[in-house]
Amino acid sequence: MNDEKNETSKTDRRDFLRKSLITGGILASGVLGFEKVFSSGKPKDTGEKSLLVNPANGKIYKASSMNMEEVITPPVSNEESRKGIAGKKFIMVIDLAKCDGCKKCTEACQAMHYTESDREWIKVFTMKDADTTAPYYFPKPCFHCDNPPCTKVCPVGATFKRQDGIVLIDNERCIGCRSCMAACPYSTRFFNWSHPSAQQTASIGKMEYSPERSVPRRMGTVEKCDFCPDMIRQGKMPACVSSCPMDALYFGDQNEDAVTNASGNTVKLSQLLEDNSGYRHLEELGTEPRVYYLAPKNRKYSAPDIKTVKKVKDKTKPSTENMDMSPMPM
Amino acid sequence: MATEKYNLKEEIETVREDCLRPTNHWGTNTKVWIGCLVVVIIWGVYCYINQLRNGLGVTAMRNYVSWGLYISTFVFFIGISHSGTLVSAILRITKQEWRRPITRSAELLTFVSLCFGGIMPIIDLGRPDRLANLVIHGRIQSPLMWDIISICTYFTGSTVFLFLPMIPDMALCRDRLKDTTTRFNKFRKWLYTKMALGWKGTKEQWHMLEKSMTIMTIVIIPVAVSVHTVVSYIFAMTLRPGWDSTVFGPYFVAGALYSGSACVILGMAAFRRLYHLEKYITPRHFDLIGRVVLALTLIYAYLNLNEYWIPAYKMATAEGHLLTDLFYGSYSKVFWTCQFGTVLLPIIVMSFPKGRKITPLVITCIFIAAGAWVKRYLIVVPTLLHPYMPIQEVPGTWSTYFPNYVEFSVTAACLAGIFLVITLFAKMFPMMAVWEVEEGIELEHDRLTAIDLKKEREIAAAAESNGELLKPIEPKIITPLIPSTK
Ligand code: SF4
Ligand code: SF4
Repeated sequence: MNDEKNETSKTDRRDFLRKSLITGGILASGVLGFEKVFSSGKPKDTGEKSLLVNPANGKIYKASSMNMEEVITPPVSNEESRKGIAGKKFIMVIDLAKCDGCKKCTEACQAMHYTESDREWIKVFTMKDADTTAPYYFPKPCFHCDNPPCTKVCPVGATFKRQDGIVLIDNERCIGCRSCMAACPYSTRFFNWSHPSAQQTASIGKMEYSPERSVPRRMGTVEKCDFCPDMIRQGKMPACVSSCPMDALYFGDQNEDAVTNASGNTVKLSQLLEDNSGYRHLEELGTEPRVYYLAPKNRKYSAPDIKTVKKVKDKTKPSTENMDMSPMPM
Repeated sequence: MATEKYNLKEEIETVREDCLRPTNHWGTNTKVWIGCLVVVIIWGVYCYINQLRNGLGVTAMRNYVSWGLYISTFVFFIGISHSGTLVSAILRITKQEWRRPITRSAELLTFVSLCFGGIMPIIDLGRPDRLANLVIHGRIQSPLMWDIISICTYFTGSTVFLFLPMIPDMALCRDRLKDTTTRFNKFRKWLYTKMALGWKGTKEQWHMLEKSMTIMTIVIIPVAVSVHTVVSYIFAMTLRPGWDSTVFGPYFVAGALYSGSACVILGMAAFRRLYHLEKYITPRHFDLIGRVVLALTLIYAYLNLNEYWIPAYKMATAEGHLLTDLFYGSYSKVFWTCQFGTVLLPIIVMSFPKGRKITPLVITCIFIAAGAWVKRYLIVVPTLLHPYMPIQEVPGTWSTYFPNYVEFSVTAACLAGIFLVITLFAKMFPMMAVWEVEEGIELEHDRLTAIDLKKEREIAAAAESNGELLKPIEPKIITPLIPSTK
């Protein structure tokens, strides 16, 4: 059944819907909740299909199992995901002294969001501020800025700032103008230049889209790190934080003044920032990031081991030139 | 006196002949030219459909250079559209008599380049199918929204600005088109009649036309300035090194006027040659508009200095990297060629009267137009390649950019579209504002025959208020410009 063509499935579904409507649409809503399908009205990406019995006329139809999924675990509504979680102010702290550049965070994020390998929502940079200073690893997610240049320029409000501090994108509204990509000073945003790969579509298949999930992705729209709000709602930590073997990433609520790392150690945010001279990247730009860095002091790894040149895959362009580009206020 | 009048009429008759002759004359060259344009357009449309189906990934743009040739061309085309405003409105307001034969082509250039300039960002959109969101969810705080609003306003304004002075000409065409045997001619007759809006050349109609022209002239100038200012704001409102600049507004406006006026010269030269309008568009016209372009180039050069010299003196970290790349790095050849070849050299050439002769001026203007286009590209692309975060460990295609065949084809199709619309327009409608040229000739005639126009006008007005039906004298208003052929 998996190899059914999209067209067939769409026709099937439309046919199914029409017939159901004609017959009064008295469906076993308690079981399958088809009203959801009616009201959503948009053809979704199809995954595998299941056979369903329409109780109204006793006929058997094929339908994308995704539609059942969406009802079984419905994500929060679009309005809800635009508002965010009341009373929270999410915050991330990254301890540069602990990060050894293993990129486990990136991998976890990519697995979590079904991302192709070229898209690193959290990217581990190798930084060297000046010839005379020591290099260090610098994981960079979206900073979920409190004065976000990206949301300001969006002409349709497809990217927005929520009350809990998170900046999200609604890829059902985004028109793909890429103003936000130009506006973000941290090169955080990615554009879906092509259709998501078949493999990706297959693995995402069942899921219904919500700005909090960021998947399924759509061609011609923008995506970026979302602080995993769907995980947060389940009381879990973002994928990158919980997967860091070095405990370098902390996540928490600024209102509670507490952040937690992968080992489950919860520390006082203000104390952490004070003790380790926490700072924000490119503070002078005034974007007010919600991600704090702790200076790479007394590192857990040996700085000279960082081979900056080797980290550059692309040999056609000397990207190492850019190594010292980023002025780090320290 | 009588003979003078007779000569004047004859002269006006020649003007009409000369202006209307080229319309609806479809030679082999024209057909081949149109054929070529159509081929380019069809190929471009094919590439665009491919882009629609497979995403913008078929272009060379990637995550770092997320705006490329399309947006550069958008800025360039919108810049060209300032030509009409400049020539028509500014020269009209300053009562430059020599503007008369060139206003129509300048206004047309504005109209067409706005049409295609406006299409460019839509071509660049990832989801053009969601354009309606701009209305449904539109947010006024986005610079893109400012662009849309001001470009739409300017487009409406310049359409009116193009159309208004066409009305008397349309009536002329309508009255002159006798042969309505073919279907095409029937269509033309119908079109002219509709577009003439029942123009009879009465005094009230002239009065109304002049009044609306005056209003439009005044309105269109600030609108035009606002357009290119907000176009620059889609860049200047970001924090990116190279775009984060306070002179971007005037810099873009100056660049627009500089490239737009150069394109007017190119248009003038082309029409003069193709339509044998040597009698009307004279070397003197080229000399005068050459001075205008010179002045605008000087302003543009001055703003260039501000845009590059000030940050270059300080060499702040991020901006310094960008400037190093522009001055000595991978873009240096193009950058300096632009600055010297298309700004400094034109200034030198145009400073000499010999440089404002037709041939050198046209060559200079080709350089200016090409240079302005490349400069737009140099404003958009290098900045995107110099973000604050270093470009590390990305696929090779992300860290470099050069437009690929899709972008070139689609852009070429838009350029071909501009040429096609201009060609078709020139085949349907007179490329010189017949009545404006006539008016110029009449004014000249009046001056030569020493008629005190003002006095006559007063007499006529007094006579009219007395209820006398005095034989009208004032040629500007009272001599019927449209001979009653019916
Ligand atoms: S880091 Fe970039 S994408 Fe994230 S909120 Fe700030 S400006 Fe927006
Ligand atoms: S690309 Fe999408 S999210 Fe970004 S500014 Fe444009 S519409 Fe908004």
